[in-house]
Amino acid sequence: MTAKKSFTIFDHVLVPEHRVLSEEEKGELLKKYNIKPSQLPQIKTSDPAVQALDAKPGDIIEIKRKSPTAGVYYYYRIVVED
Amino acid sequence: MIIMHSMKKVIGSIEFGVLSPQEIRKMSAAEITVPDTYSEDGYPIDGGLMDRRLGVIDPNLRCETCGANYKECPGHFGHIELARPVIHVGFAKTIYRILESTCRECGRIKLTDEEIEDYLGKLNINEARKSEIDALISEIHKKAKERMVCPHCGAPQFSIKFERPTIYWELRTDEEGNEYRHRMMPSEIRDRLEKIPDRDLPLLGLNPEKSRPEWMVLTVLPVPPVSVRPSITLESGIRAEDDLTHKLVDIIRINARLKQNIEAGAPQLIIEDLWDLLQYHVTTYFDNETSGIPPAKHKSGRPLKTLAQRLKGKEGRFRKNLSGKRVNFSARTVISPDPMISINEVGVPLIVAMELTVPEKVTEFNVEKLRKMILNGPEKYPGANYVIDPQGRRIRLMESNIETIADMIDIGWTVERHLMDGDVVLFNRQPSLHRMSIMAHRVRVMPYKTFRLNLAVCPPYNADFDGDEMNLHVPQTEEAQAEARILMEVQNHILSPRYGGPIIGGIQDHISGGYLLTREGAYFTKYEVEHMLMFAGVEVKELPKPDKVENGVEYWSGKTVFSLLLPENLTIWYRNKLCDDPSQCESIEKLIEEKLIPSEEEVRKVATDGFVYILKGKLLSGAIDKKAYGREDGKLLDIIVREYGVERARQFLDQVTKLAIWVITHKGFTTGIDDEDLPGEAKARIKEIIMEAEDKVQRLIEAYKNGELEPLPGKTLEETLESRIMAVLSEARDNAGKVAERYLGTNNHTVIMAKTGARGKILNITQMAAILGQQSIRGKRLYRGYRSRVLSHFKAGDLGARAKGFIVNSYKSGLTPQEYFFHAMGGREGLVDTAVRTAQSGYMQRRLINALQDLKVDYDGSVRDPTGIVVQFRYGEDGVDPMKSWGGRTVNIDRIVTRTLIKLREKG
Repeated sequence: MTAKKSFTIFDHVLVPEHRVLSEEEKGELLKKYNIKPSQLPQIKTSDPAVQALDAKPGDIIEIKRKSPTAGVYYYYRIVVED
Repeated sequence: MIIMHSMKKVIGSIEFGVLSPQEIRKMSAAEITVPDTYSEDGYPIDGGLMDRRLGVIDPNLRCETCGANYKECPGHFGHIELARPVIHVGFAKTIYRILESTCRECGRIKLTDEEIEDYLGKLNINEARKSEIDALISEIHKKAKERMVCPHCGAPQFSIKFERPTIYWELRTDEEGNEYRHRMMPSEIRDRLEKIPDRDLPLLGLNPEKSRPEWMVLTVLPVPPVSVRPSITLESGIRAEDDLTHKLVDIIRINARLKQNIEAGAPQLIIEDLWDLLQYHVTTYFDNETSGIPPAKHKSGRPLKTLAQRLKGKEGRFRKNLSGKRVNFSARTVISPDPMISINEVGVPLIVAMELTVPEKVTEFNVEKLRKMILNGPEKYPGANYVIDPQGRRIRLMESNIETIADMIDIGWTVERHLMDGDVVLFNRQPSLHRMSIMAHRVRVMPYKTFRLNLAVCPPYNADFDGDEMNLHVPQTEEAQAEARILMEVQNHILSPRYGGPIIGGIQDHISGGYLLTREGAYFTKYEVEHMLMFAGVEVKELPKPDKVENGVEYWSGKTVFSLLLPENLTIWYRNKLCDDPSQCESIEKLIEEKLIPSEEEVRKVATDGFVYILKGKLLSGAIDKKAYGREDGKLLDIIVREYGVERARQFLDQVTKLAIWVITHKGFTTGIDDEDLPGEAKARIKEIIMEAEDKVQRLIEAYKNGELEPLPGKTLEETLESRIMAVLSEARDNAGKVAERYLGTNNHTVIMAKTGARGKILNITQMAAILGQQSIRGKRLYRGYRSRVLSHFKAGDLGARAKGFIVNSYKSGLTPQEYFFHAMGGREGLVDTAVRTAQSGYMQRRLINALQDLKVDYDGSVRDPTGIVVQFRYGEDGVDPMKSWGGRTVNIDRIVTRTLIKLREKG
């Protein structure tokens, strides 16, 4: 590990910001769209971003993307087992 | 009719499962035991395949189950008790999978308790996702089949071999370790399937309540109602039975023989033979194209069409009768153009209008009108073909009954009258690739036999008049008519959701005509102005003041006339296609932006054809070209739709196209081969350019041969040479084109068409008048043909321009035989490309549509699939309707600023 060059994927220009939602925010999101967690788009635990954040299955990840039409666009994905 | 109404039900959901033997017996109206259909006197045999309890198809008989006649009885199922169980082919693979996954002794799934727990949890999480569930099920199967000892009872397992379509072997090992094959008969399989406990079934992908695995092995066979397999009486009086009936006869016959043999205690071998025969018949009854067995044939040798064949494929029930249907109240004929009708109208031939009808309810306001139409009858326009009385009976109007019915009609009746002017109809041209392929039009009944449409709506339909046919549909209810009027009328589709700009607009002559009308120096006499306004249908109370008076004759400029069609307070400016002197355009742009409301005189001084400036509905500068009201980049049209509404835009388009047509027909606008005549000095100049280019190419080749050529980065020496040569030659063509363009002048009709964007590009003129240029295949110079040369007319290895497809002649001067061949090579690539592209993009679109068709935008602005899974949290990430966007962008800030400033400056 020490010998390896450390690399943070979030430093890359093409990787958007990722963030794990708190329990409270999770509830708000589900309420806002009136959905069950199973109706969210998914992201696998094997995803590099999920591993970097050390998120667990059931966590919801907020992805802040740049959008050509809307400027900033938030996307949400639930972490699922691979 | 009355029964139908009482049976109206709403389908809430559909669930699929396997029929259990009890269910089959319960829904059966009769057990079928006799392998015959009709007795000698022509009546159905009791217990036969045409048993009266299964419904009747003879108009003289009544169903013995429901008592209704053949029109009302929906038919009832019967059943056959099979002497021995048989495999259902449709489930053969599923049975194989289940046998492999479960224990041969205790019937439990061969997974440990922990694994069962784990997988059940995973299945629950993925409840709604079909693909995830499928993946899990196949994972479970893989794991379970490899267990050679049952984790529950410890019994040793054997692997199973499946022989298509319905034979299963168990590869057993006896105590001495000898391997042998054991044939598993359906009854044995059924016993094993019965042992599987309900709680293990979800792991096998089954719902224990709807589909127990043992139901996949049939003990009872349902017999479909007679109405599903009607017999036909041929003209010769011979009765021909349906293929399904034939198959059922076979099944019953073999079933009876099997039963007899079993009862008589026949040897096992004979019984198994008959059993296999029964299996064969049942298998082909379900699917006669099962691989591995010969299809059952008719006496004539034609393969029978059994259950699967009725459903499968393009001609099957789904694609032929359910996804696609033939409809009434529709018409199809050749289309032809009519510039005089509005863009939202369609010319309907009289004979079509007399065949298609619209149901109109009788009210106190229209009784008299409808009565007159009934009296006209079906033969005289405008008449009516049918009336519907308050009880819902349809009465056909005929010469003999029109008078009595005309007297009878009253409020509550409905009259199916002929199609009339102003009715809403849907108009369609295949292939229906986008929403603009079906639009609502207003009817205009006309003589002759073609549908007439305005030329401005050709682009959305992709229609031309070389024999194209189109379809027309008449909405039959007020709701449908209103919906078509509000959502589908042509003017609502002027802006395309594809790129947020107009897709309907002036084409070809509309553009050229607009230019001829509005260019600098175009003046018209009073007579001409009155005529063109009359023709265009523009109502003007009073003509504006004439722009100039010469020798006592008043003249109006084309710009003044054009301004009469514009909304009164419209202000807009833009650089158009004719702007080839940027400095001139800039100076006027600066003037406008500084003053915002400059005086007319100031503008007139700097006016140029290349810059359009409309101030408060007055065209002060610039000529009209494709950028005004052409499709795709019609700025003027775009603004009118957005700021004055679709109805005003329709009116504008109708008037402006007619005005342009008047001008172009009265001025005279032609093109011919002499349009491309170049003076001698121009020809000489072009020749010079070509010779220079060929010299340059020759020098490049020399340099290459002497090894003096510097390779470009990332390219080999050969590639460098090729790309340098290509560059030289394409520059030569451009220069030759410029020369031609200069000598042809701006009054040349071909040049007018190319420059205004009406038709063709400058390149096309270059190719006609000056030089065709380099022919290419896949972006490279031509090289295929003989060894190291394209044609035998050249030396092998010749790298020169002419040897590799450079054509120095023009279409007008004519091509040499070699050039002709090169041209054909390049042309062929284009042809093949278009053919391949349409096929590829068609398939791509089909897949895209299949993937996206069920997504919808919810009320909260999110995009979801039918199960509620979110695809986008906001439609298009910005929640904007692309049709209302400005070329894809949400708002046009410039436009808002301009409008506000104009308002402000007007005030003070």
